[in-house]
Amino acid sequence: MIQIKNLHKSYKMGSSSLHVLKGINFEVEEGELVAIMGSSGSGKSTLLNILGMLDGADEGEYILDEVPIKNLNETKAAKYRNKFLGFVFQSFNLINYKSALENVALPLYYQGIQRKERQSLALDYLERVGLKDWATHLPSELSGGQKQRVAIARAMASRPKVLLADEPTGALDTKTSYEVMDLIQKINDEGKTILVVTHEPDIAQMCKRVVQLKDGIIIKDEKVDQVLASENVQ
Amino acid sequence: MNSLKVLFDRDTWQEIFGSISKNKTRTVITVIGVLWGIFIYIALSGAAKGLDNGFERQFENIAMNSMFVWAQRTSIPYDGFKIGRSIELKLSDIEYLKKRVPEIEFIAPRNVRGVFGGAVPLVVHKSKSSNYNVYGDFPEYTKIATKKIYDGGRFINEEDIKNKRKVCVIGERTQAELFEKNENPIGQYIKIDNIYFQVIGVHKFIPGGGFESDGDIYIPFETYKQIYNSGDSVQWFTIAAYDDADVVVAEKDIKTVLKRIHRVSPDDERAFGGFNLGEVFNKIVGFSKGMTLLSLIVGIATIIAGVIGIGNILLISVKERTKELGVRRALGATPSEVRNQIIVESVFLTLIAGILGIILGALVLAGINAATLDLTDFPYTNPTVPIPFILGALFIMVFLGTLIGLIPAQRAVSIKPIDALREE
Repeated sequence: MIQIKNLHKSYKMGSSSLHVLKGINFEVEEGELVAIMGSSGSGKSTLLNILGMLDGADEGEYILDEVPIKNLNETKAAKYRNKFLGFVFQSFNLINYKSALENVALPLYYQGIQRKERQSLALDYLERVGLKDWATHLPSELSGGQKQRVAIARAMASRPKVLLADEPTGALDTKTSYEVMDLIQKINDEGKTILVVTHEPDIAQMCKRVVQLKDGIIIKDEKVDQVLASENVQ
Repeated sequence: MNSLKVLFDRDTWQEIFGSISKNKTRTVITVIGVLWGIFIYIALSGAAKGLDNGFERQFENIAMNSMFVWAQRTSIPYDGFKIGRSIELKLSDIEYLKKRVPEIEFIAPRNVRGVFGGAVPLVVHKSKSSNYNVYGDFPEYTKIATKKIYDGGRFINEEDIKNKRKVCVIGERTQAELFEKNENPIGQYIKIDNIYFQVIGVHKFIPGGGFESDGDIYIPFETYKQIYNSGDSVQWFTIAAYDDADVVVAEKDIKTVLKRIHRVSPDDERAFGGFNLGEVFNKIVGFSKGMTLLSLIVGIATIIAGVIGIGNILLISVKERTKELGVRRALGATPSEVRNQIIVESVFLTLIAGILGIILGALVLAGINAATLDLTDFPYTNPTVPIPFILGALFIMVFLGTLIGLIPAQRAVSIKPIDALREE
């Protein structure tokens, strides 16, 4: 599903330049649930941004679902993001003046799907995350866990190839974190490829594979025995 | 083409309503800026038009290109005459003037008793009496200055002149003062300086400056000549030039001819007096044109200021919404979709504000119109703004709204989605 070869990325910081990614090589098969771990500054967010086409690499190859991702202008990147990727952010990033349903329907709007179909699809996904009854509520009326579930529904609504989650549990307490991870595991069980950036080992253990980054290179890449989140939810 | 499709898409509007209703204070303040601009524009140009109409109404009872010419004393000795000789206009001058000055359309000699010296004639009807000015007139006079005669009456005609009839047209006040309330004055006799005159009409007085009043009595010129023994002398000429003639030139030509007839030095500026209504009117027309232009400039400048305000506030709003726009782009909004949304927002706000301003301006104009309806001496009638002016203003607003919307729109897409998302 994802092939990355010799990926380099550096940021200019005034006169000096900061080499963040120093040759990343890794592949993700369809249906994998991968945790990308690392301390802050290890380059894990940069990697996710490049995977998410929010940022471009300086060097290296990136192939997503057999489509080489290179030389993207903003418009093309937007189209690819819309078609291939679903984003889940640490701070949820819901649009605060739109209801849960409208938030979930937003990527479908940019896909050009008709309003009625959009609404019913969005409602389907809200039902899947257990928030059908909250469809008309604004984000401010939802709890953190509920917000993240709306965000996951939004990420799923465009039927992406890959779900990219950047610290999805970073702003949540343990119990809610596990509920969200349970949802992510269930989506993964249905066959969706998911990448989760996290620095929490217990969250990483709930994935099927852990990739450890340090100073811009992969230092460890191993399959783990998945801990089911549902078993940890009291 | 794609951007046009956006305009007719219900979703586009839903997005716009969503984002403008999100921050109501911002929307209201933004709208007020442009609303004020267009309101000033409408109110000012309407008022200018009202003033224009008002002036026109003030002059409706007299030909706009008319003038009065009278004789005074010479100020330069000439042709053997000494300085200070007083001159009299003569009936025979008319023929000369008509021949020499082709600009003249009508010329009406007039005499009056009671205005420029001479006792104000005593007018008696039955037991009532009072003093009124009496004018000697030709029928031509009505071709220069409209005299509205009440139903059942008429003005002096050719027959009256020819037969030196003792008939008169009286004023509204004369009627009120000399006749009983429900008494019809037409056909009745009044005594003017001890001579009986039959009343043939009552004229409606229209205020318009000058020394005329609502008590004036008009009698045939020839009759006047006989009873006041004025001979061929004329106190002043009322002259109307053709519509396309230059009244200033006409006045000059007329005076030149008069100077030649009366053997006055061509350089004598004081021998003949004149009041050129056409010139005054031209000045007023120029004034109201200036007012219209001024209101146009001020109005458009205010609109521009308002639209710039919209741009400014949208710029701030884009800054506030950086993160939201980043999210939208992460979810697949293309830069042009984001840009279009902001431009349409700008144009939409501008238009709504503009339409509200036009409505408000129209209401205020209607209010002023209603308040000044009864004031006849206030030159302000029917304030309107021509439709092309309004459409022009709307067009300018849409155009400027688009242009000014481009700035925040460009700013919105110039921020990379990753930077937008990072912003907390």
